[in-house]
Amino acid sequence: MSSPTTGGPEVVLRLAGISKRFGPLLANDAISLTLRAGEVLALLGENGAGKTTLMNILFGHYVADEGTIEAFGRPLPPGSPRAALAAGIGMVHQHFTLADNLSVLDNIAVGTESLWRLRSDRGGARRRLLDLSQRFGLAVRPDALVGDLSVGERQRVEILKALYRDARILILDEPTAVLTPQESAGLFDTLRRLTADGLAVVFISHKMNEVFAASDTVAVLRAGRLVATHPTASTDRAKLAELMVGRSVKPPAPAPLSPGEPVLELAGVTVASGHARPLLDAVDLTVRRHQVIGVAGVSGNGQSALAELVSGLIRPDAGQVSLKGSVVHHADPADMVRRGVARIPEDRHSAGLVGAMAVWENLIAERYRDPAFSRFGVLRRDAARAHARRVIEEFDVRCPGPDARTQLLSGGNMQKLILGRTLAYGPDLILASQPTRGLDIGAVSYVHSRLLDARAAGAGVLLISEDLDEILALADCVTVAYHGRLTPLLPHDRVSVSQLGLLMAGHWDILRDILPETPRENGNAA
Amino acid sequence: MDFLSIILDILLSAAFWTAVLRIATPYVLGTLGELVCERAGVLNLGIEGIMTLGAMAGWMAVYQGADLWTGVLVAAACGALLGLLHAALTVPLGLSQHVTGIGVTLLGTSLSYFVYRLVLPQASTPPTIVPFQPLDLPGAFAQTPLTYLALALVGVVAYALYRTPVGLAVRMVGEHPAAAEAQGLNVTAIRIGAVMAGSALMGLAGAFLTLSAFNAFFFNMVNGRGWICIALVVFASWRPGKALLGALLFALFDALQLRLQQASGGVLPYQLFLMMPYLLSILALVLVARRASYPRALMIPYRKGER
Ligand SMILES: Nc1ncnc2c1ncn2[C@@H]1O[C@H](COP(=O)(O)OP(=O)(O)OP(=O)(O)O)[C@@H](O)[C@H]1O
Ligand SMILES: [Mg+2]
Repeated sequence: MSSPTTGGPEVVLRLAGISKRFGPLLANDAISLTLRAGEVLALLGENGAGKTTLMNILFGHYVADEGTIEAFGRPLPPGSPRAALAAGIGMVHQHFTLADNLSVLDNIAVGTESLWRLRSDRGGARRRLLDLSQRFGLAVRPDALVGDLSVGERQRVEILKALYRDARILILDEPTAVLTPQESAGLFDTLRRLTADGLAVVFISHKMNEVFAASDTVAVLRAGRLVATHPTASTDRAKLAELMVGRSVKPPAPAPLSPGEPVLELAGVTVASGHARPLLDAVDLTVRRHQVIGVAGVSGNGQSALAELVSGLIRPDAGQVSLKGSVVHHADPADMVRRGVARIPEDRHSAGLVGAMAVWENLIAERYRDPAFSRFGVLRRDAARAHARRVIEEFDVRCPGPDARTQLLSGGNMQKLILGRTLAYGPDLILASQPTRGLDIGAVSYVHSRLLDARAAGAGVLLISEDLDEILALADCVTVAYHGRLTPLLPHDRVSVSQLGLLMAGHWDILRDILPETPRENGNAA
Repeated sequence: MDFLSIILDILLSAAFWTAVLRIATPYVLGTLGELVCERAGVLNLGIEGIMTLGAMAGWMAVYQGADLWTGVLVAAACGALLGLLHAALTVPLGLSQHVTGIGVTLLGTSLSYFVYRLVLPQASTPPTIVPFQPLDLPGAFAQTPLTYLALALVGVVAYALYRTPVGLAVRMVGEHPAAAEAQGLNVTAIRIGAVMAGSALMGLAGAFLTLSAFNAFFFNMVNGRGWICIALVVFASWRPGKALLGALLFALFDALQLRLQQASGGVLPYQLFLMMPYLLSILALVLVARRASYPRALMIPYRKGER
């Protein structure tokens, strides 16, 4: 393995002096990095620090303004994913690049054969895929349509895409942002097998525990500059956080508050809507003022239905929903907003913001009929822009101004924008679905502290999250979703992460130990 | 005679089915061509003009002394050239596919008339050529070679799309160009190639009109057939086999209305019959195409390195 000149494993990748500008913005500023065979490099940095940009340059999606790339000792021609693939570089993008309407096999095999062959070797492709999938424990169904796959399966397809082409350098851009904890654990298992095979990995993540569990080296980017590279073992969480953000980050702690009157009550709510198994099955839940209720659970156990119900997108088939003591009939989203529900949707790109529209337009999207923003059917643009400037200022949204298109913002800043829209009106109930997915630690602690401020100001918060640390840090009470049902509320100081894990897997019999007084018939999952 | 027995009589005559296949041929070719373009993500509203140019150029070549098959090749090549123009404007430059397509139609149509008048300034009755003759086969099989070519091309396009690497690449750039690029494909080149190939098929569709169905070129000859092909692609859910089915169905309605017009003996206004195939097509579209899953990147220009 070791090469005579360097003493360590062979250097497989060398970036030298990479710079990239987008207009006035310097996204990458003279970045130099090296990567050795078998090494796992974690690339850290705030949202918008330039991590994805650097990887896109490496893979040939973007062309650097300055700097050179060398893979396995040979210079890599800029701007050509084809050349990168040929040099053994594989990339799993931050947002999946898979065609939903094509099969798994098609997505993986496309572009791997000479285009002018008269017949695709599908048999051979299938054998190779199944062989790889077995060797690295990445289970996939070759003939399934990608559109029908879960996020975890899509992730595996993305990795197999790279392995299928014999990647020797694998780039993973926030691979775990949308994975469940179990799926992430599976991914890191796979990574260990790959690196044992001599593969080099660059992975981008905002989750510190993953960085320490999986990487050999960490590199930190701040505002486009490489500010540090350390062996992972010689550093710690606080130091990395400080390097990334430029100041020390303290997680906010909820002040003890006694719960007020109920803002949201669900009584025996069932949502079936034609599915074999109800999405929500006779759910009871109460959220009170000054209270954060955390809903834990593996995604797909009714959380989306719960969120859609509370935002008025769907209606219950049985049972009733009450807000601030009055029963909601025939809910629709506008009605829910008027009743004081504010939502932070799970997917900020598809359900949260309109990327092609300006910041100010997005900020009034839920209230453009409010007399403050429109009169006689005509928008009051100046008022809306002024409002946008206030939100930008107060929530520290980094963007060129109210007229910037939102799709140019980095993920963290989009989330701050949604937060600003959500919190600007002093809502009574905040529905927060995965509010910190993909955010850097600075932004996470910011979002958390704003949610806790809203709680202190009298709002009730329904926090749906797959991140157990987040739930335990914020929630006063926790409930676990499993197969469309919710456990009774569990005080946050009476449950542990491992107990939550068991409940998430459906072992509801342990509820008896946590809540001795729970009646027997509520104690078993369907 | 009551209505049902008239219809039955028509449906049982071999001549009727001969007509159906003949009428269907330009629709089959045009729909295949449009389908190939759209599978790669490019809407080609230039089809009407490309068919007109194919009709004129193929005929002109033969009129100038070339043999019929050379005429066919000339029509395909002219189609591909106009396709290249459409692709050059919509793919690397990312201009609106609607606007460019309509421009290509206007250009193709007027260019055809212009060249025709340039070469034949004072022809009052259109000069004729000797067109393809039907093969000596029984009943409805007595078709010209171009009809058989069209039917064969359905199989060829289906095979190419679903069984060859280049077909997969075309479908990929129509579904998710960024993913195609990440797999090392050249999105621009593949889209341009697909639009040119599809447009060549449209050129063939035009050539059928002047080299097979008729023996002359005249104004407004294509007469909206291109627009029907656009609808047929949707009807076919972007699948070649279903495209054939849709073209046959439309031709069936068209042949039927012609005969019903004759059989009705002027009792009903003939415009009523003319409407029939279009009305039935709209109905079929409503019923079949509601759940059609179109290529996801259709009409969305792709620019490398943009968010
Ligand atoms: N194609 C582009 N055009 C204009 N600006 C861009 C483009 N791509 C990235 N940027 C800008 O460059 C900066 C760096 O973006 P990049 O996506 O690399 O950040 P990141 O570190 O990956 O952040 P995150 O953690 O949110 O994914 C951001 O300010 C972003 O808005
Ligand atoms: Mg990124």
